[in-house]
Amino acid sequence: MAFPTNFPMISIISCLMCGVVCSILKKDKARYVTYGLMILLLILSGGVLSYTISVDSEFIYQMGHFGAPFGNELRAGVLEGVLAIFFTVIMFLSIIAGEKHIYEDVEENKINLYYTLICLMMSSLLALTYTNDIFTAYVFVEINTITAAGLVAVMGSGRAYFSSAKYMIMSLLGSGLLLIGITLLYDVTGHLLLSNIKEAVDTIAIKDYSEPFTIIIALITIGLSIKSALFPFHSWLPDAHTASTISSSAILSSLVLKAYIVLLIKIYYRAIGWENILETGVNDIVFVFGIMAMIFGSIFAIAQKDVKRMTAYSSVAQIGYIFMGIGIGNTAGIVAAVFHIFAHGATKSMIFTSLGGIKAVSGHSTKLADITGAGFRNKVAGVSFAVGAFSMVGIPFFPGFVSKLNFASAACEAGSVKMIVILVALAISTILNCLYFFRALIALYTPVRDMAGELREEVDNTRPTVKYIATMACFIAVNLFAGTFSDLIIKLITQGLKMFS
Amino acid sequence: MEAVFQYISNNLFEGVAIILFGIGFTTLFLHPNLIKKIMGLNIMDSSVYLFLAAKGYIFARKAPIVTDGAAEMEKYINPIPTGLVLTGIVVSVSVTAVMLALTIRLYWRYHTLEMDEIMQIIRKEGK
Repeated sequence: MAFPTNFPMISIISCLMCGVVCSILKKDKARYVTYGLMILLLILSGGVLSYTISVDSEFIYQMGHFGAPFGNELRAGVLEGVLAIFFTVIMFLSIIAGEKHIYEDVEENKINLYYTLICLMMSSLLALTYTNDIFTAYVFVEINTITAAGLVAVMGSGRAYFSSAKYMIMSLLGSGLLLIGITLLYDVTGHLLLSNIKEAVDTIAIKDYSEPFTIIIALITIGLSIKSALFPFHSWLPDAHTASTISSSAILSSLVLKAYIVLLIKIYYRAIGWENILETGVNDIVFVFGIMAMIFGSIFAIAQKDVKRMTAYSSVAQIGYIFMGIGIGNTAGIVAAVFHIFAHGATKSMIFTSLGGIKAVSGHSTKLADITGAGFRNKVAGVSFAVGAFSMVGIPFFPGFVSKLNFASAACEAGSVKMIVILVALAISTILNCLYFFRALIALYTPVRDMAGELREEVDNTRPTVKYIATMACFIAVNLFAGTFSDLIIKLITQGLKMFS
Repeated sequence: MEAVFQYISNNLFEGVAIILFGIGFTTLFLHPNLIKKIMGLNIMDSSVYLFLAAKGYIFARKAPIVTDGAAEMEKYINPIPTGLVLTGIVVSVSVTAVMLALTIRLYWRYHTLEMDEIMQIIRKEGK
């Protein structure tokens, strides 16, 4: 056993440890511990990725060295390594960029608890990425739910508590369905480890068990899609995003929603088998809802007057893209969906954190009417919002373009009906994206003719810090990297998906 | 008729579990009162544990605790489903605690437990 095989375990445990430690530290020390943890996680995830690439295979870490059918396992391949790096980078950048807002929005003596939540959230994200055991996945899904509800409620206003309660209720409905799905899967197959479930599924004749399997797949799919806010279940998302502080919105949109989709793809590929999913036809239903989310999410976004809320609805549309990619039913579709997880994660967290800067210079409001000219008042935030908008609309050199291209080319490999539907939906959705993102962008760069002296004073006070400028530059760099070196990322995703099945 | 009874008695626990799951799920989803929502949540989770425990138990067998030397495997049941139930109970207790904490905060702030009334108050305040 090479040393890097311990890295997944070390990273999850160190997250949990730091979470406990942060809860008893002062706010600044808790912050430094969290930042240190993030750097450690980057090194460990990089180690996992480079090790899996060098040996060109997955590895399995047995907890407590108990053998396969009884023990609990972690598993890492190329895709897990890339995802872990991605989660860590986005989390790190989001909390640094929103640092000032965390200190303003959260009660003085509870700031360290915010960092506790961040550490626990990170542990659940990594555990959902690495775990090979379906019940462990369920437990960490619940940890993720609780920490996400905490991140929403952190502002301490009545609205925040209400949004948090709403989020919890929808999320618990999802985890109830997921739990009964997992229970049924365990009853039919008799195993909890994903690879053992796959073996059991392969040995029993799917035809004899077609009804239980359809129900199991449907329950797990619906459960996880409620939690990741697929179209008809999206109602909790805009409230939760609007009511929370900037970092929380970025984390919720870019990471929390994505972790469930990663788990779903993992269960599809590693537990049930992609051919069986295609046989039950669940992917077609996912496809239909994905297409609906793409269009309706954008239409709802157009109706919003608040830019933060608009961005939240845009997340609904982008989640639709990902589910649509899963629903296409070929490998190219899944690759495009996984790439879009990266693209949307990198872009949406940047848009939310840039809104933090815009909010500071627009009288603590993100209403479309108030942000007029904010692009001149806070240049860094304006530029990064512009980059984000370009990426979401699909301008070349940005990741959004690459994922749209991938979706279109995956559509061409699918059947003719799906191809036409996808291409039309992509076109409509792109136009709608243009409408609302460019409207906000034009508002940002409309000069305010008569600037009051009072406002100018405020501008001086809210000059962006060096840290904020540096993080936004990092965000832009990450986006440009994902947009221009997309071949590399797609190669890694394809390699990782091959290891999956 | 006898076949029907046989069928019901064979699947009694599972059937009850699924009915309870439906009751819990609907209450959690549709009931406006927060406390009743939490009750629904607990009914829903407990029904899954009933299902797991019922599926994991084999009639006339014991828990695998060996007291008098080694015994044959056929006398015992698999302990994993029971272990899963315990884990699940821990999870649902912590989720319930978070929900109750949120409910208390909302009650202090809005003096009501009905979700739709709170929503109306928030809308009024927003304007």
